[in-house]
Amino acid sequence: MSAALRPALLDEAQHDPQAKARLGALLLALVVLWPLAQLAEFRPWLLFDGANLKVMGNFLAGFLPPATNAEFLGLLLKATLETLAMATAGIALAFVLALPLAFVMTQSLSVSRIGPGPGRWRSLAARAAVRALLTLLRAIPEVVWALVLVRALGLGPAAGVLALAITYGGMLGKVYAEILESSDTRPARALLEAGSGRIAALCYGLLPAAAQELASYTVYRWECAVRASVVMGFVGAGGLGQLMDQSMKMLNGGEASSILLMFLALVLLADALSAGLRKLLA
Amino acid sequence: MIEAHVSATDRAQAAGPCLTCMAAMALIVVAVVASFAYLGIDYRALVAGDSLRLMLKFIKEFFPPDMSGAFLAKTAWAALQTLAVSALGTLLAVVAGAALALPAAGRLGTAARQGARLVLNLLRSVPELVWAALMVLAAGLGPFAGVLALALHTSGVFGRLFAEALENAPREPERALHDAGSGAIAAFVYGSLPLVMPQWLAYTLYRWEMNIRMAAVLGFVGAGGLGQMLYFHLSLFQQAQASTVLGAMCVLVVLVDALSSRWRRGLAPAYA
Repeated sequence: MSAALRPALLDEAQHDPQAKARLGALLLALVVLWPLAQLAEFRPWLLFDGANLKVMGNFLAGFLPPATNAEFLGLLLKATLETLAMATAGIALAFVLALPLAFVMTQSLSVSRIGPGPGRWRSLAARAAVRALLTLLRAIPEVVWALVLVRALGLGPAAGVLALAITYGGMLGKVYAEILESSDTRPARALLEAGSGRIAALCYGLLPAAAQELASYTVYRWECAVRASVVMGFVGAGGLGQLMDQSMKMLNGGEASSILLMFLALVLLADALSAGLRKLLA
Repeated sequence: MIEAHVSATDRAQAAGPCLTCMAAMALIVVAVVASFAYLGIDYRALVAGDSLRLMLKFIKEFFPPDMSGAFLAKTAWAALQTLAVSALGTLLAVVAGAALALPAAGRLGTAARQGARLVLNLLRSVPELVWAALMVLAAGLGPFAGVLALALHTSGVFGRLFAEALENAPREPERALHDAGSGAIAAFVYGSLPLVMPQWLAYTLYRWEMNIRMAAVLGFVGAGGLGQMLYFHLSLFQQAQASTVLGAMCVLVVLVDALSSRWRRGLAPAYA
């Protein structure tokens, strides 16, 4: 019996048992990828097109040496400070926006949830409304807000600061509420049951346990805001990004490489500062 | 030294209000005030009577959105293009990231490891939008520049994440295959790849989700999709059309959020 089976087994072993499945997957991938490539106008040979190569080559050749004349360095320093100030001011406004919204949205601070009080449905509706508002604030990326606000407020950092405040306000509010709800809520509940007000319950019941995490997340968001404010400059919201956009439009490689180096240094600095602050808090 | 630090903090807390915290607080307040002062934005002018009215007028121009069939079709096409850009960009990044992860995980010697890490850090620290502005120069206007920009930044991210997964995976299966006489490639594909594949896949899905959001924005510098449409119509002061595109962006983002959270909940037990 085993002698009869052996040739068949050997024969099977010669073949990839999953050959059909693999072939099917390959075909399916091609069928999906082809329209995708068409839609995205996937034309790698454009990279090696003579005119494009020349433009890019000249631009990259200009990268070395980076521009270091005094006038440009002054502009660069000013733009860097502006980027940092934009991020800090934006986060401060976002914090002011997020605080009351998170306070309203936190379930563990709801008095009416303890006993079915008279305002139960009203407070449920208020929480749902705030949740929807926060989702709306977060849903549109900050660069898009910046692009729209530049039309209303003119070129410059004002649009960037407001854009950061809107998007990051939505993010901070949501995460604050989540942190407050995921920490130990029993002290707050005990305070509320003993008849204290909501603000007192927040300050003495929830904050002592959650303050570090809240502060650490805010610092992390500041680090993200530094990066975002560089990007927002590309749509005209001031700072390093705007300077970079101008240099690129004039195909000035030396200036572009100086700005890129400054940008990398700034991001590293923000990373280190934020890591240090968070370690201090931990 | 860390212990000394902790006990010092404890002592300070026992003694009364923490001095370091108060100093940090004061520093933060100073930084915020200085930022507002440096920017010199006149926020009172923003809420003064006239500009408030102008602002309201500006907002009103966005309503009602352009809902004509032809324009909706155009917006849907641009949304599809955004999806295609994000998918292709992520796919290219998976390939490049995996290729860079092997040296970055230290499989080809220390020099290759340091070199690969440097390349990955450079790729990762330049934001997508800056890459897109560069790629528009290299490949011309259009969605292909967006694909390249996403691929460059994301391969930096993937390279690092994939390399970390590889370093954390146990080496025994691969070594066993190797010792049994299989080649290096076969040993990797059958010994290590199955171990890291679920994690790589999870990272890929997560980054794809982020890239969809990013691809909608990349068009601002001329890299196609919804972003380019929004930039175009805002530049022509066609607020009604711009508001339709904004609505489409919102729908795309919320949809991706909902789908991915559901998908990830379905996947969760496999990765937990």
